[in-house]
Amino acid sequence: MAVTAETAKTVNKLAEQKYKYGFVTDIEADTAPKGLSEDIVRFISNKKEEPEWLLDWRLEAYRHWLTMAEPKWAKVRFPEIDYDDAYYYSAPKAADGPKSLDEVDPELLRTYQKLGIPLLEQERLAGVAVDAVFDSVSVATTFKKKLEEVGVIFCPISEAVREHPELVRKYMGSVVPYSDNKHATLNSAVFTDGSFVYIPPGVRCPMELSTYFRINAENTGQFERTLIIADEGAYVSYLEGCTAPMRDENQLHAAVVELVALDGAEIKYSTVQNWYPGDAEGRGGIYNFVTKRGLCRGRDSKISWTQVETGSAITWKYPSCILEGDGSVGEFYSIAITNNRQQADTGTKMIHIGKNTRSRIISKGISAGRAEQTYRGLVKVLPTAKGARNHTQCDSLLIGDECGAHTVPYIENKNMHSVVEHEATTSKISEDQLFYCRQRGIPAEDAVALVVNGFCREVLQQLPMEFAVEAQKLVGISLEGSVG
Amino acid sequence: MTRKPQKTKPTKVKMSKKALLEIKALHVTVDGKEILKGMDLVLNRGEVHAIMGPNGSGKSTLAYAMAGRGGYEVTKGRILYGGRNLLRMEPEERAAEGLFLAFQYPVEIPGVANTTFLKEAFNAIRKHRGEGELDAMQFLKLVRQKTKELGISDDMLRRPVNVGFSGGEKKRNEVLQMAVLNPDLAVLDETDSGLDIDALKVVAEGVNALRSPERAMLVITHYQRLLDYIVPDRVHVLAGGRIARSGGKELARELEEKGYAEFAEAAA
Repeated sequence: MAVTAETAKTVNKLAEQKYKYGFVTDIEADTAPKGLSEDIVRFISNKKEEPEWLLDWRLEAYRHWLTMAEPKWAKVRFPEIDYDDAYYYSAPKAADGPKSLDEVDPELLRTYQKLGIPLLEQERLAGVAVDAVFDSVSVATTFKKKLEEVGVIFCPISEAVREHPELVRKYMGSVVPYSDNKHATLNSAVFTDGSFVYIPPGVRCPMELSTYFRINAENTGQFERTLIIADEGAYVSYLEGCTAPMRDENQLHAAVVELVALDGAEIKYSTVQNWYPGDAEGRGGIYNFVTKRGLCRGRDSKISWTQVETGSAITWKYPSCILEGDGSVGEFYSIAITNNRQQADTGTKMIHIGKNTRSRIISKGISAGRAEQTYRGLVKVLPTAKGARNHTQCDSLLIGDECGAHTVPYIENKNMHSVVEHEATTSKISEDQLFYCRQRGIPAEDAVALVVNGFCREVLQQLPMEFAVEAQKLVGISLEGSVG
Repeated sequence: MTRKPQKTKPTKVKMSKKALLEIKALHVTVDGKEILKGMDLVLNRGEVHAIMGPNGSGKSTLAYAMAGRGGYEVTKGRILYGGRNLLRMEPEERAAEGLFLAFQYPVEIPGVANTTFLKEAFNAIRKHRGEGELDAMQFLKLVRQKTKELGISDDMLRRPVNVGFSGGEKKRNEVLQMAVLNPDLAVLDETDSGLDIDALKVVAEGVNALRSPERAMLVITHYQRLLDYIVPDRVHVLAGGRIARSGGKELARELEEKGYAEFAEAAA
């Protein structure tokens, strides 16, 4: 949304005025009215029983947000977002939502069945108002105990604000400052959900941490904020998302994820994103505008992003690594699939600051139907990053002749003693391959799934086992209807 | 890739006496050019027939038309397979009904392990036939048995389909697939092309091991030498889009001596 400087100024002024007169709307309800204002920000902070410093931080973010313009550089098209026509706290759920599975998009149900999701969970995912809460509490409790034994903190971010304020205050915004970009800034002002993870020095987290168990109890937020800190020599693998396409009344999703790895620490962050992509014409899909960034602060630390992006109408996402510590390593493994009318502009940023830092990028983009997809990646080597190395491999696969795939690499190298490599290929799924598969008895759609899974193999291998199996299924399902 | 294949219940009729394959007055056009111009052929179970002919006579066109490849348009004539109209089936349905084509140029599928590919194919065919699918362990056992019988190293199973395979390995892989998928009708399209004599022998041995009274084979080749190892019951010369001459196995040798010169007229 192009906010002119003039308008922003006026709004800002008005906002400040309100503040001056101590204008506070007294909102008792659990639901804030539509629209965004300082009062809404205060309301959220108040509801979360937050300390003063966090409210101030939110307000600074909000005021800054008013002055910001929408990032326009991505190759995606959508109508302007009316921020005043959205809820920022507890949008009324289920009121307009489906009353039973009979009212849910049959396509969605078909997908659930294919993924083998139990009925109860289907209802939850589809946003049906259910009385019986999906019972994962006992499992979650067992896990929590195991984590406590080794000193791992894994809790909702609002709980962390209360229980571990020193950690949150120290690290929140240290990787993605509130002023980073319009979407991240909005998130800073109004975030309500998200996870917090702290792994103490030398601890190897005994299990894959998954948001899944938590999400069963709470609804996924529109503005999630996740903060993961791996202290010296610690290791954690974190799984985010779910292979099932989730329906959500909120169209705009602007999450922020910050990772911090200290000396010798390693964080592996895996995502499967399958938000509702809209119907075949692209109506009703989610806008997924995410800011994910990891900071390798310590020597020999490592951050690895793996993502499988198949959902959302629009994906705008660049999980990045700032390689500050000498010898630190950043990795980005990505599969992005766009079908029908989906648009994705995704990639990464690798910022080499420390000596002998290394980064590796493998991106696999698959475009079908009338979808548009862009890989956008920045590799930046600063003068301090002597001996830095990067290797980028960027492959695009086209299915049909109405889709698009674009590769936009940015390379800024300011150090003579460094090596940056970029390889890119674009290919069409070959008729020869499909015919070969079909001649062996494999139906056309399964053949596409097989060939595409092969194309993505290097990335799928990076996923934790249980995720990888689901992701493979998802690849096939996402491309249904792309042939024939 | 047009419509979804109609799932018809496979009816297994005992037809060892009847022809497995009947090609009648088949005309096939590729890129607007008529390649097959009224071809006839009858093949029974247990028989091995060779199709020979000069380059460009339509040998591969026949193979592709039978397998249902896009772009090979049947304008006239018919192909009956087990008494059913083959031309109305989708390629995968033809395969599931027991038609196997060993490709002249086997296709590479990067990132897909050979076993994965074979298991997918095997189970798709089982599913089509209303049989239960095999799990990974059961399937691996079956494949190992086949590789052992054919003298193929298990290493080939782990590698991605045909990627980095030598010419000989690719052809042996086709034979392995044939052994696993256990077809009723195997069409071997120029299986000898690109093979040295040692590789040729190995592949031919593999094919011979799969000869059976229940199975028919159609061996397409330009050269007679393959037929020294895979001895056919009948030999047909395809020239000018038609079967120009048929005979016993001795016809192959005769062609080796005289060449295809006498059929040049038919081809013109």
